[in-house]
Amino acid sequence: MGRLLLIVTALLFLCLFLVLPLLAVFAQALAKGFAAYFIAISQPMAWAAVKLTLLVAAIAVPLNLIFGVAAAWAVAKFDFRGKSALITLIDLPFAVSPVIAGMIFILVFGTHGWFGGFLKAHHIRVVFAVPGIVLATIFVTFPFIARELIPVMQAQGKDDEETALSLGATGWQTFWRVTLPNIRWGLLYGVLLCNARAMGEFGAVSVVSGHIRGVTNTMPLHVEILYNEYNYSAAFAVASLLALLALLTLAGKSILEWRQPELRHAARRPRDRTRRANP
Amino acid sequence: MATTASVAIKGRKPRGILPGFGLTLGYTMLYLSLLVLIPLCAVFIRSLSGGWGHFWEVVTAPRVLASLRLSFGASLIAALTNVLFGLIVSWVLVRYTFPFKRFIDAMVDLPFALPTAVAGIALTALYAPNGWIGARLAPLGLNVAFTPLGIVVALTFIGLPFVVRTLQPVLEELDKEVEQAAASLGASAVQAFCRVIFPALWPALLTGFALAFARAVGEYGSVIFIAGNMPMRSEIAPLLIVSKLEQYDYAGATAIAVVMLVLSFALMFGINALQNWASMRHGER
Repeated sequence: MGRLLLIVTALLFLCLFLVLPLLAVFAQALAKGFAAYFIAISQPMAWAAVKLTLLVAAIAVPLNLIFGVAAAWAVAKFDFRGKSALITLIDLPFAVSPVIAGMIFILVFGTHGWFGGFLKAHHIRVVFAVPGIVLATIFVTFPFIARELIPVMQAQGKDDEETALSLGATGWQTFWRVTLPNIRWGLLYGVLLCNARAMGEFGAVSVVSGHIRGVTNTMPLHVEILYNEYNYSAAFAVASLLALLALLTLAGKSILEWRQPELRHAARRPRDRTRRANP
Repeated sequence: MATTASVAIKGRKPRGILPGFGLTLGYTMLYLSLLVLIPLCAVFIRSLSGGWGHFWEVVTAPRVLASLRLSFGASLIAALTNVLFGLIVSWVLVRYTFPFKRFIDAMVDLPFALPTAVAGIALTALYAPNGWIGARLAPLGLNVAFTPLGIVVALTFIGLPFVVRTLQPVLEELDKEVEQAAASLGASAVQAFCRVIFPALWPALLTGFALAFARAVGEYGSVIFIAGNMPMRSEIAPLLIVSKLEQYDYAGATAIAVVMLVLSFALMFGINALQNWASMRHGER
């Protein structure tokens, strides 16, 4: 009896807070029929937003991937002083409001910022242009890949690499042939989560973008503009594309977790593993 | 490589034969400094550009105080709601079997994956006076959208996965036999929960609460659509930062940002300390 009550409560809560909002996106997007939906998502401005979103993710995700692999290698394979402080610093962007994440790049690169005069003299635009959007996106997605990879690499230890090296492999060979195959699922998992956030980021990007249509509008910003113009069905049509991306991300995440069950909670307890790995 | 390593960490060479320590740590520090640490310093330096007196004046202005009170208050209510329902959801997902369980489990991460702006307009559409839920609540005199209650709804949505995903691994490790022993010794379900289950769960509950709270305080995208954004009433602190930035009031915007950053960092260090303490306690048992 108590058990049934608990299940019903949980399902009602999840239905109210997760399922209904998702259904609402698709219902509103199709409120004026399929024809209107396809017209809305094939507008040139919508396409420009899709392209910019893909471009930003295509720059930000690989950069954070390289950083994530480097950070995980240093943290997981070596012992050094200040390691836990470094892990805390890597997590820092998670504690920063997206709005502040956008603002810091205005303070550094804006007209009145540290490098404002220099950039203006050389006709380089960072803020209210694509580079600013990329920087803000890198900032908010900064820890994603590193914090997935660190526990995965720690769990793997360094025996495999040491064996490869003692058999005569070079450092790079060891990395490409031994380490990378070992961490590939964790890597993919981190990339998936990083990409979802990079494509969906709103607050940070909104602050630095300047909202120039067709030029600095990513998909989430385009949704906002359409919505504020009371063009609801078009706003929800573009939003439905982002919702589909979210569903694909969840599906990919579930598949990876099914293949590698230890990925599920790996990032939640990095400290736990550190302690066990380095007694 | 060895020289780079000894530059990065004075006098302490790493042991073992693995290469790349200097390169990877050096790159990590460089990338972290350029993209995160130095830009963040700009906020602190800029906030004091008008002097300490101006900083204090901005931070204690009634509109700023109201927005901070709203941001922290609504986040607190939302995080507490998440603790209650997150506990029920994770308990049900770990202990019971029912149809579509794996699908529902995967859906819990939706707030992580769904862009905040999409969540914002979807929740607004649901809770607006003519929406699916709003239309049913309106006759009861309950308005959610465009009121502080709407902010709580959006922040609850955003924070849910933090609590569930923090609790699940702890619940999975919890020994069912301990509860059965408690029950066989005559404990009621409530007694078993209070005396046996809760003591094992509370560090995770507190961590989940703090993570959900920290995320909610800074949240912007999902809130601004549903909030109504009336100064003194339904204007959150991140929105006030944005409107000050739009008026080129950098000293004002950075002052509010510093208050939020200091509180968020304190919260984060608290969470870290709590996790260290909990895993140490876990290790001792």
